[in-house]
Amino acid sequence: MSAASVRPSPLARRRVRTAWLFLAPMLFVLGVVAGWPFLRTVYYSFTDASLADLDARQWVGFDNYFSVLTLPSGRLLYDGLLVDPVWWRAVWNTVRFAVISVACETVLGMIVALSLNADFPGRGIVRAAILIPWAIPTIVSAKMWQWMLNDQFGIINVVLLNLGLIDSKIAWTASADTAMVAVLIVDIWKTTPFMALLILAALQMLPREILEVAKLDGANPWQIFWRVTLPLIRPAVMVAVIFRALDALRIFDLIYVLTPNNVQTKSMSIFARENLFEFDKFAYGSAASTLLFLIIGLLTIAYIRLGRLSFEGGR
Amino acid sequence: MKMLKRTAFYLLLLAIVFVAVFPFYYAIVTSLKSGTELFQAGLWPQSFSLANYRNVLTEGPFLRNLVNSLVVSGAVVAVSLLLGVTAAYALARIRFRGRSVLMLAILSVSMFPQVAALAGLFEIVRALHLYNSLLALILSYMIFTLPFTVWVLTTFVRDLPVEIEEAAILDGAGPWTILTRIFLPLLWPALATTGLLAFISAWNEFLFALTFTSTNTQRTVPVAIALLSGNSQFEIPWGNIMAASVIVTVPLVALVLIFQRRIVSGLTAGGVKG
Repeated sequence: MSAASVRPSPLARRRVRTAWLFLAPMLFVLGVVAGWPFLRTVYYSFTDASLADLDARQWVGFDNYFSVLTLPSGRLLYDGLLVDPVWWRAVWNTVRFAVISVACETVLGMIVALSLNADFPGRGIVRAAILIPWAIPTIVSAKMWQWMLNDQFGIINVVLLNLGLIDSKIAWTASADTAMVAVLIVDIWKTTPFMALLILAALQMLPREILEVAKLDGANPWQIFWRVTLPLIRPAVMVAVIFRALDALRIFDLIYVLTPNNVQTKSMSIFARENLFEFDKFAYGSAASTLLFLIIGLLTIAYIRLGRLSFEGGR
Repeated sequence: MKMLKRTAFYLLLLAIVFVAVFPFYYAIVTSLKSGTELFQAGLWPQSFSLANYRNVLTEGPFLRNLVNSLVVSGAVVAVSLLLGVTAAYALARIRFRGRSVLMLAILSVSMFPQVAALAGLFEIVRALHLYNSLLALILSYMIFTLPFTVWVLTTFVRDLPVEIEEAAILDGAGPWTILTRIFLPLLWPALATTGLLAFISAWNEFLFALTFTSTNTQRTVPVAIALLSGNSQFEIPWGNIMAASVIVTVPLVALVLIFQRRIVSGLTAGGVKG
């Protein structure tokens, strides 16, 4: 970038023009499928549009988010997304799901990655095996697990009954106590491989000498992991965690298929889509989509800030 | 002690492989069962019946759904790679003001919660009269495949040697010639990896496919499987669902196992290097 103070040469200027020309089609398409639709979603959240007739809409300001109605009796009635318990329940479900699933995936992914980083015969087979859950479409894994977790005929209930771990068959995906557990099990099963592969890649980039030196100094494997390995792969793990967390916060398909119409597992995305296309509350659904975007954005910024702070503090 | 440790390690590996593989194995077993055997939780099929596969492929539009998925995913990959490779060249090789901001914007779009664009996309799809057509899906899938493709290809282009490009510039080659004649041949492995990953994510997509199509013949396979139902509301055709699941998954698992190394390098290029 030392050229910044010097007048750019004709060649450099021509190359910059080319760059924008090369980028233009991609930027145009992203504008059409992401930028503009998002702005329209925000706009719709300030209207009273309904699915049947999007054009017959009126600007209603913040009414979809919060409004106060005065009843004839003089009582005040609060309305809107910000006081909607169903929405906040969905936010809580989603955040809780994301925190628990990503935490479990990180720990399990670390264990798998550390195992795969060791030298042993048949390593290729194990690595191929853990890629299978990742390759299976989410809908398919939801259906597979729904069948295994089936209350009447599911193999999991049969095995648990035979082992004497439970007294009666559990309706895993339908019962209020276990629906979230079922969603967590399937999600962790499906996405731990991704985490493991990213951590494994970080582990393989570690300089061997450092670990050798630590070993020569008499550190035991436990100490080496906590004092040497973990601090070194920490940045890569932080990146993997944020990728996974952003994915978990927008969860839709797994819950839609595995535990349909269940209050215990309804996520923000499910709530938004439901209002948009099933309840004929297009504007309300748009407001939910907008708020979902804001919540995820704020959580991301907070994570990056906090992560960097402790990261620099640790050095 | 050493022996004990070794045994424990192998038991751990065995547990990992078992947990990873068993659900898919059990889906295959279930898909080969028929009649009442379906409802006995056996670990292997007593009889070997392809009836479920026959049902899925002949009754209902499942074959059509498979073709739909292939067309949509194929088109999405082609368009994403085409738009992605020129963008990646510009982002990786040309210095210009705003480049890092642009990279950050592209990364955030790929992490974007798709529901936040759903209402606006629905409006566009309706305005263009694309509702219930495969084109609606091809268009909307760009929201996640395009930024991903650009991002991964940029990391690959950045790794290509600078000297080749400099030599070409001295010979008077323009950027288009450099990209198509010199870089493209070198980029085939990267294009294959990125294309494969984009194909998988398009093949698995559910939210847009569910929202923008309304008839059975226009659906892609994930939606078809999710909505597969029996003759009555209470009778879920598990055998058929498992057969359909196996049909959809086997090609993916095969591709992933064949291109294992490539896929891992593509995933980590998208994740760690960023």
